[in-house]
Amino acid sequence: MRIAVLSGKGGTGKTLVSINLAAATETSAYIDCDVEEPNGYLFFKPRNIQEEEVSVRIPKVNDKLCSGCRKCVDFCKFNALAYIKDKLIIFEDICHSCGGCILLCPEQALTEKEKVIGKVQKGISDQVTVYTGVLNTGEPSGVPIIKKLLAEAKLEITKTTLIDCPPGSACTVMESIKDADYCILVAEPTLFGVHNLNIVYELVKLFNKPFGVVLNKCLDGEDLSEKFCLEKGIRILGRIPFDQELGRLNSNAEIAVRKSEKYRRIFSSLLETVEKEAHHEAASDS
Amino acid sequence: MKIAIPVDEKSLESKVCVSFGRAPYFLIYDTETKERVFLNNSAAASTGGAGIKAAQIIVDNKVSILLTPRCGENAANVLKSADVKIYKTGSVYAKENITDLINGKLSLLDEIHPGFHGHGGN
Repeated sequence: MRIAVLSGKGGTGKTLVSINLAAATETSAYIDCDVEEPNGYLFFKPRNIQEEEVSVRIPKVNDKLCSGCRKCVDFCKFNALAYIKDKLIIFEDICHSCGGCILLCPEQALTEKEKVIGKVQKGISDQVTVYTGVLNTGEPSGVPIIKKLLAEAKLEITKTTLIDCPPGSACTVMESIKDADYCILVAEPTLFGVHNLNIVYELVKLFNKPFGVVLNKCLDGEDLSEKFCLEKGIRILGRIPFDQELGRLNSNAEIAVRKSEKYRRIFSSLLETVEKEAHHEAASDS
Repeated sequence: MKIAIPVDEKSLESKVCVSFGRAPYFLIYDTETKERVFLNNSAAASTGGAGIKAAQIIVDNKVSILLTPRCGENAANVLKSADVKIYKTGSVYAKENITDLINGKLSLLDEIHPGFHGHGGN
């Protein structure tokens, strides 16, 4: 089962929830899809790391063959090509690697070349296989890295897989949740928190994914995200208290489940709820 | 010599558009013939790379000088390859900037911003 953990902004508790759920499972895979700033590995400290580069294909031009017809320039929806002073200019950072320009070129002046944009790592931390995607600084899109990560982790199909998504609802998040069986939305109790929750709520509805909410940083008094869930009829999967002990463990890059019996219980029970929900959804779908 | 300015409206009284790549129109002014033409900027609605396409339009129209409040890195590279000079606008009105340029009151744009790729655009 693949569980994606997402939220409308950073710092809400995606990594906290996903690493602890992964650590509470007997055998699991954790995939850090927040490739612009992966941090799950800081908690898991995985060993036996295997690494593989990820590259995309971008066009290169042979100026001698280019006739200046501009078919490629007109075709590119991302405007990654310009034709200036009888010379084709290619903007590698703008290119989305669709390959259309290469197919269209009547002179075969364009060919593909590989460009490394980052890497994926795989390692072991106790019973958890840890996958980490790293996008090189300055690269515009992490989608190819996330695709590679999820393809690699497909081999772990028998394990419970936790997908730690990037924040927000952009292409990288859509790619991360595409094949998920269930989505956990992590929310903060503030008005700002509700706004961010709404962003991912809209997204999972659009993707038709079964989902529930984990309320994080819960204090006594009104929780606006809870109110939002009750109004919309959204399933609340669990609550994580705004607790110094948890804050201390987390800021020391410890996994709460591995250090505290109290948190082992909280996350084991959350995991049980999520699994039940996901199976229920799967059953009612078929 | 042709001068181009990104403008909000198809009027000589128009204000200068705050964006180059996503300006709705370009005012092209020919200093020799005094002719003024308003071009639709087909790059304005691009999902990405608007600056590159807008710069291509400027170059294709044989413009020598662009007057703009700001310009992104990629657009500046295209313009540079075509030897188009970029001057920073002073007044908020298009017409005054043309007069100021002719009277030597404008200076070259030296701040080129790195662009907004991946932020809201794609």
